[in-house]
Amino acid sequence: MNKQIARLALVGVALLAALIVATTYWQTWATAGLADRQDNEIQRVAEFSIKRGLIRAADGTILAANRIRKVGGQKLYFRRYPQGGLFSHVVGYSTQSRSRSGLEASENDYLTGTNANLDTVLKTTLDRIRGATIKGNDLWLTIKPGAQRVAMQQLAGKCGSVVVIDPRTGKVLVMASRPTFDPNLVERNFARINNIRASCRPAAPLINRATAGLFVPGSTFKVVTSAAALDSGRYTIDSRFVDRGYCIEYGKQVKNFGDMSGPEVFGPVNFLQALEHSINAVFCEIGKTIGAGRILGTSKQFGFYEDPPLETPGNERSPSGLYDHGRLLYPSNPATQVDPGRLAFGQERMLTTPLQMAMVAAAVGNHGVIMEPHIVDRVTAPGGGIVKRVHPSKYKRAMRTSTAADLTRMMEAVVTGGTGTAAQIPGFRVAGKTGTAETGGAGTLNTTWFIAFAPAGAPRVAIAVVLQDQTGSGGTTAAPIARAVMQAILAGGSNP
Amino acid sequence: MSARNRELANLIVVCTLTGLGFASVYIARQEVVSTASLSYAAFFFALYLAAHLVARLTVPYADPYLLPMAGLLTGIGLTEIYRLNPSDAFRQGLWIVVALFAFAATLFLFQHDYRRLESYKYLFGLSAIGLLALPALPVLGTSVNGARLWVHVGSLQFQPGELAKVFLIVFLAGYLREKREVLGQGRLKDFGPLLLIWGGAMLVLVETNDLGSALLYFGIFLGMLYVATGRALYVGLGATLFLAGAFGVYHFVAHVRDRVTIWLHPWTDHPVHCAINGKLLPRQDCASYQLVKSLYSVAHGNWFGTGLGKGTFRTTGGGDLIPYLNTDFIYSALAQELGLVGVSALLLVYMLFVARGFKIAMLADDGFSKLLAVGLTFAFALQTFIIVGGILRLIPLTGITLPFVSYGGSSVVANFVLLAGVLLVSNRANAERA
Repeated sequence: MNKQIARLALVGVALLAALIVATTYWQTWATAGLADRQDNEIQRVAEFSIKRGLIRAADGTILAANRIRKVGGQKLYFRRYPQGGLFSHVVGYSTQSRSRSGLEASENDYLTGTNANLDTVLKTTLDRIRGATIKGNDLWLTIKPGAQRVAMQQLAGKCGSVVVIDPRTGKVLVMASRPTFDPNLVERNFARINNIRASCRPAAPLINRATAGLFVPGSTFKVVTSAAALDSGRYTIDSRFVDRGYCIEYGKQVKNFGDMSGPEVFGPVNFLQALEHSINAVFCEIGKTIGAGRILGTSKQFGFYEDPPLETPGNERSPSGLYDHGRLLYPSNPATQVDPGRLAFGQERMLTTPLQMAMVAAAVGNHGVIMEPHIVDRVTAPGGGIVKRVHPSKYKRAMRTSTAADLTRMMEAVVTGGTGTAAQIPGFRVAGKTGTAETGGAGTLNTTWFIAFAPAGAPRVAIAVVLQDQTGSGGTTAAPIARAVMQAILAGGSNP
Repeated sequence: MSARNRELANLIVVCTLTGLGFASVYIARQEVVSTASLSYAAFFFALYLAAHLVARLTVPYADPYLLPMAGLLTGIGLTEIYRLNPSDAFRQGLWIVVALFAFAATLFLFQHDYRRLESYKYLFGLSAIGLLALPALPVLGTSVNGARLWVHVGSLQFQPGELAKVFLIVFLAGYLREKREVLGQGRLKDFGPLLLIWGGAMLVLVETNDLGSALLYFGIFLGMLYVATGRALYVGLGATLFLAGAFGVYHFVAHVRDRVTIWLHPWTDHPVHCAINGKLLPRQDCASYQLVKSLYSVAHGNWFGTGLGKGTFRTTGGGDLIPYLNTDFIYSALAQELGLVGVSALLLVYMLFVARGFKIAMLADDGFSKLLAVGLTFAFALQTFIIVGGILRLIPLTGITLPFVSYGGSSVVANFVLLAGVLLVSNRANAERA
């Protein structure tokens, strides 16, 4: 019988060996696939057993903290946002019921300590072996909470956005969007978030208008057109024009817009005055001369047609450019497909984000070079020590240095004696450009803009302000907000 | 070193390990468990010391590794049960005491000659059927999770099927020893009593919906028949019959069909009809909920596991993620906390246990002893395979216990009786050599 016993023993041992093989399959090969499954609650609960890193503003103000709850002897870390709706679009939220958004989503690896930096890997592996709670890394943002608060106050009751960049480094100092939401409500009272009164429709409080809101740029786009014109070499700051109050395009009159500080018809003007008073007819002529292709080409040097670089999730950022039926339009032949005159003063089908327009202002201020915008300054380990520090880097050269110098003079004129006088700050040279975009037919509300940088010559701030559904102009509605926010930062000293 | 001294040394190692296990659960879950956890380890050591002394008295020449391995497995089981639910661990501790009494009683009763059991084989066979049928009786039986396996006497719950397994093996060993020659020649009339008793057992199992045990009994029967007769043809024939039967059952019994569907397609992208609440749900949220959640638990363990007491078994709201975690699914709890390294070691202990069991069978001199040891050992291996293989989706999942580890009194008692049987065979074989 022993022969049979030996064979049966082989069967018995083989069966158990098969169990080891199967266990190996599930615990190694299959792990990643199973971890990604929606209904894998263990994975989700386990994520909440990690002590998530804090998110802090530039001065250390805590924007995202942890609330510890004990469930069955296990410590779970849920999020608490002590600043409420002040920073919610940038910070986002991390919840069970609605997953994550904002930096909570895009920087999740750092916040949960699953990033691939060697010392983080060592530390979390050690914690895992010791059975200690795994701690995530902290994020330090570039946002200045004082200025952010001013921006949110200025936007109160309105729909719009304010973005401030340090043109020298690309640091995002302010990123405000209204209407806003309280991220503490996302987990349990989500219905209350959308149930708000707002001055615009749809209110869409969850959308980060600063990076995902697409608005008609109106006259602020004239800065891009001017850069294209000056870079082309066909125009100088002193080029002469005669404004008849309209420009003929396709046999029709395109009239000047009625929001200018001067008369309806300016007559003979130079390039500087054309920008100072935002004369549509002149820009229309320039557009016809240099062509839509060149203007679009220059806009791409400013970063149009690309997702603006920032650490927030890709689906919360939109590229600026021409849009057709909600989709980015790539004209194969701009000369016939795009109306150059209307494009030149920011109409046509051009749509831009506030972040992109802040980059336009920053480009002029920083001698034609756009520094890559970033909102995370550094990542620090739970016990101290730098995991990652973001160093300023060049993003694009938008225009020639001389063009930037000329444009600075022209934009300064806008604030000293043109459409943007409401943005003047005593003691600082401010360069800016207004925008008042018609979003519908006559008599409808406008989207108003102001983009600026200060101090002109050696700027520390570049700003874009946009407001939806306004009855006034950019100079009367958006420029005062830009002034208040810039003043809050400039008063705070020159620390970069 | 004599066999029993080696056993003692091994037991000390095992108890130290168990003590460490309890200590780590205590450290990881201080808010939930108390210092009493350490007294569990002391209690555990005292129990096994007693068992060792009984073995010293009754089976001095028996294999010295089986008792420590059983001790290690119960220790791991008790630690995990304690971690999941301390009050269950208390009850399990009591059951281990009962089991060790049964172990000691078996050894004392049969220390001189267990082979006289052979003469009572029919009694064992019929009692096995009787035990299996017990839960089907209206007053005593209760149904858990769709299968009628439990007997209630007052507050005491017992699953008689576990003990029936041991009885049936005694019957098979006795009958096959007597008839192996004639069976080998293929005389049909000798199959009569065999098929009668075994068929009766199968019938009861199918009737009570205990598919895991049915599979187990079938495997034990084929394995022992093969060892007794040496005819692979019987195994082939049996397997063919089994497949044909399974095919029939698949078509006529909805319960079986569901199990197979769950096994083959646990995840669906589209909602399917959910028999539990009549709604349309993805299968992973309904019929295959247990299997899928248990697989997530296994996968979450990864290479090294979360550590004892550090696993995730509850939702953020505090509800259970996996039902029946400490009985049928204890392997997925262990896999999560001990990781691949830990549960592979656990499976290697099972493998070693099985290898020792078969070795004992080969060393035994008479046919009855050989068949008894083979039956008991193979049953042990097969039962482990059926439950763990079910959890790991190697075969359809059927709820039976993981020997020595799962929470459940009847299972622990039956497995210690099984262990006593193997030790008795081993003692006899070694004594003759000594």
